[in-house]
Amino acid sequence: MLIFTLKRLGLAVLVTLTVSLLSFSLLFMSGDPASAIAGENANATDIEAIRVLYGFDRPFMVQYVDWLTGALAGDFGQSYYFKLPVSTLIADRLSTTMLLGVCGISFALVTAIPLGVLAAMRPNSLIDRGALFLSVMGQAMPSFWFGLVLIVIFSIQLGWLPPSGSSSWKHFIMPTIVLGYYAMPAIMRLTRAGMLEVLNADYIRTARAKGASETRVMFKHALRNAVVPVVSLAAVQMGFMLGGSIVVESIFALHGAGYLAWESISRNDLPTVQALILIFSCFYIVFTFLSDLANAWLDPRIRVG
Amino acid sequence: MTTEPILKVENLTIDVPMAQGTLHAVRGIDFELRRGETLCIVGESGSGKSLTSLALMGLLPKKMRCKAAGLDFSGIDLQRQTPKAMRALRGDRMAMIFQEPMTSLNPAYTIGDQLMEALLLHRPVSKAEARARAIELLGKVGITAAESRLGQYPHQLSGGLRQRVMIAMALMCEPELIIADEPTTALDVTIQAQILRLLADLQREMNMAMILVTHDLGVVARIADKVVVMYAGEVVENGSAREIFENPRHPYTRGLLRCIPVPGKTKPGEHLGSIPGIVPSLIGKVEGCAFRSRCEVAEDACSSPVPVRRPGTDHAYRCIHDIPEGASA
Repeated sequence: MLIFTLKRLGLAVLVTLTVSLLSFSLLFMSGDPASAIAGENANATDIEAIRVLYGFDRPFMVQYVDWLTGALAGDFGQSYYFKLPVSTLIADRLSTTMLLGVCGISFALVTAIPLGVLAAMRPNSLIDRGALFLSVMGQAMPSFWFGLVLIVIFSIQLGWLPPSGSSSWKHFIMPTIVLGYYAMPAIMRLTRAGMLEVLNADYIRTARAKGASETRVMFKHALRNAVVPVVSLAAVQMGFMLGGSIVVESIFALHGAGYLAWESISRNDLPTVQALILIFSCFYIVFTFLSDLANAWLDPRIRVG
Repeated sequence: MTTEPILKVENLTIDVPMAQGTLHAVRGIDFELRRGETLCIVGESGSGKSLTSLALMGLLPKKMRCKAAGLDFSGIDLQRQTPKAMRALRGDRMAMIFQEPMTSLNPAYTIGDQLMEALLLHRPVSKAEARARAIELLGKVGITAAESRLGQYPHQLSGGLRQRVMIAMALMCEPELIIADEPTTALDVTIQAQILRLLADLQREMNMAMILVTHDLGVVARIADKVVVMYAGEVVENGSAREIFENPRHPYTRGLLRCIPVPGKTKPGEHLGSIPGIVPSLIGKVEGCAFRSRCEVAEDACSSPVPVRRPGTDHAYRCIHDIPEGASA
């Protein structure tokens, strides 16, 4: 297990370095950064002055190493637009996004896994059909529309929940449901498919032959084997929620990191974009690493050679 | 033998609803078994022998329908038991060993966890006691270094070892009845003999009743007390092992016996027997003798109901012909 962990960790570090190089080169892929900062009406002397000021005249690798050492210490430079340190800017926004992401994925897992198990226990039953209907709805409804429907019902008509902002836990209920419901269908269907496959396995019959109860057969013997691919999927979706919850964040006016990314891209605020890309990628990498560990714990064939 | 049978099966039928109609997989099986006896159910694939054993355990898939005039296990009517009561019997008083040791153990748990499970489910024992019992049984089934095996996972063991673990697992609660469904089919030939001997020894030692499902008559000859020969969902012949091997009556049984070489009698290069044809479809109404399309002595009357003939108290076969002892079929 230790060797397995170290190997995965090494891999994670390598991927992180690669991603950092790519996200840094973005700066130069989108044209000359100096003229972008200077604006459309700047003359050649101004652009040259800016180039020297920001250090764009130095060799690429020097700039990269400089940026990376800063980044490792938590210094991503100055935002062009907000005129604030990028790290302050992101730290402020990230907590909202993380909270939303954790709530969203928890909501998705807590609803999807039991529903998937129930659906697999009685294929083609009313429960199975109902779960299928729910998941098709979740897959088909655009988040922005579902979010607006919730706002109309629960904020405007019933007046139970605040429509926007992030000052109390109540503000997070609707965004959590919208974000979680989007991730739920895939997890539910994968749980169901995995359970159906596992329930046909010989070892399930063995468990029944021992006199184990149905609950025990389902949860101890079947689910543990069926849930392995679900863990990997949930990790990817978690990463996606942290980086891609822009739509949900905009609807409910939660000023999170996703929203910040969208703002920075539209304003050509490259240091912020670079930092966000690196951070979002790190999330993916960390979650993949954690899901590898979780799967190794669940399935001894991964951990014991 | 004077003791009461521990298992009485009377007129057991199993129907499988299918898209094309009902498949009459098992039609009217009868047999009895006492403690200390080994009953072998012999037949080719699809003859209903595995379904019969699953039916005894109450493990048939839900969509299959199972009926019997009597299904009695040491005084308990198995047909009238609630699912909960059946669970209490399974793994405790009746246990089963399956054909595929490679896939019959849960890959996610250690051998020790899986061994201890049945005992912990059925008996008020502590984990330490269950562990001690697991070690004892692993020793009994011939696994060395039993204690260190408890922490291993199924994928770390070979097929033969896994089947030994399956046997130990079935014996954890000292069942009165053990059903082994082709326990050696998936194993190497060299391991097959070891596993069979082990099963036979343990059966004698623990005075269990054993049902061994197999298609290998060589296996039957070595350990059976009683034999049930099944063909296409019916018992075509049953009796004591001695009667079946020395005086087989039914053409199918005789055909099966011609298919196995006999050391000292079969000459090198001599052709072994074979039974031409295939098993008939059992979907829809099945009438008359199911074997008639492959039988050498079949005639028109074979499509009418077939009587059961009893040449002796411990021998019966199902054929329209009264086949005399030793006559060639």
